[in-house]
Amino acid sequence: MKKKYDVIVVGAGPSGSMAARFAAERGVSVLMLEKDRDVGYPVRCGEAVGKEKLLEFIEPDRKFIAAEINKFSMIAPDGSEVVLPLDQTGFVLERKIFDYELAKTAAVAGAEILTRAYVNGLLFDGGKVSGVKYEYQGNQYQVESDIVIAADGVESRVGRWAGIKTFIDFRDMESCVQITAGNITVNQNTCYFYFGQEYAPHGYFWIFPKGNNTANIGLGVSGIIGKKRSALSFLNDFMKKNYPDAPILTQIAGGVPSAVTLEKISAPGIMLAGDAARQVNPLSGGGITSGMIGGRTAGTIAAEAIKSKNTDHIFSYDKAWHEAVGKRHEIYNRIKEGIYNFSDEKFNNIARSFSRIPLAKRTLGNLFKTALIHNPSLLIDVAKVFIVK
Amino acid sequence: MIEILPDKCDFCGCCVGVCPEDAIELKEAEINIMESLCTNCAKCVWSCPIEVLVFNKNGAGVKV
Repeated sequence: MKKKYDVIVVGAGPSGSMAARFAAERGVSVLMLEKDRDVGYPVRCGEAVGKEKLLEFIEPDRKFIAAEINKFSMIAPDGSEVVLPLDQTGFVLERKIFDYELAKTAAVAGAEILTRAYVNGLLFDGGKVSGVKYEYQGNQYQVESDIVIAADGVESRVGRWAGIKTFIDFRDMESCVQITAGNITVNQNTCYFYFGQEYAPHGYFWIFPKGNNTANIGLGVSGIIGKKRSALSFLNDFMKKNYPDAPILTQIAGGVPSAVTLEKISAPGIMLAGDAARQVNPLSGGGITSGMIGGRTAGTIAAEAIKSKNTDHIFSYDKAWHEAVGKRHEIYNRIKEGIYNFSDEKFNNIARSFSRIPLAKRTLGNLFKTALIHNPSLLIDVAKVFIVK
Repeated sequence: MIEILPDKCDFCGCCVGVCPEDAIELKEAEINIMESLCTNCAKCVWSCPIEVLVFNKNGAGVKV
């Protein structure tokens, strides 16, 4: 372990690991610090991911793929089900193994990694972030760097210490709870989404298969709902009603910052990536690949800044992210806000209309179009999804 | 006052993410509210998915 690194990455989730890997691959020295004992554990995720984006980063491997997804099923509040075959397939991951494999790619690229290292402060040099303070096995240490990449998750505090406003409006925080259960006899290639007041108001309820009739069953609700009822109480009601005797393999909680990216994701000596930067798709709540893209972008730019001896180059990260993904998330966020206000009746009507479209002709675009018939004010935003590339 | 029931906590970090005062500290399996910073705004209570944060009996002055 050195006294100083070119780049320190805080957090070894998918975003941190990609930041570490892409920086290290460009020949700069990298240290990645993880507060938990294990990379990849505890999991706080529904674990579904699109295949195409994933391939940009890692070859799919059976050891971290629990199920392959080729259909979505949407269940309206009245129970009517709409099946949507997917042109682009997806996976339900074993995040425990997946995250670990990603961290290994960072290690292979040359990054040093330390787990159980809890970052609890920043070092400054004339207003610029110049390293981190961390606790390790009860002792306090510090280590310097030219650039810190904070990929410290939904609970990010590192950015705050550098003066970036990172806390998220409680209304945009989707508070989630999920169990992995056995004996769930659903189609093992279909992700199920339930909408409506009973299941998950201001959010959605999901069943994602994980092979051999195990599945992730969970939901997220906005803090607006959390004022009155917790996510857990919705999950308990669903399980009592639908799977009262299912063996529960694990129960987890987690938060998804379902909003647009932070206004500022870089400051002198520091960049934010992943959930810490709020780089989550606010419509789906998916953050694995978008966090990895954020990490890759941050790591690449950090290395360029070091190589060119121009640390101000890191400020180009905000624009690079916005162009690559951030501007799309802004549109998704507006659609999300429209859908959040749908009544149960509206969801039922959309499902009824969509189910008249023959299976072979159903696409996500058609589904949006059907939603539009029932809610024309969404038109502009939905149109943008298919125009903005 | 807001209280954390540590035995029920999953250490998921929702409360830390929504705290406007940076008053909650989360380590691997250890969570604390720094009382000197907490303003009892209750955002953490509303955002907890599993009912770990609660108002204790001295709770007062929280606008819901």
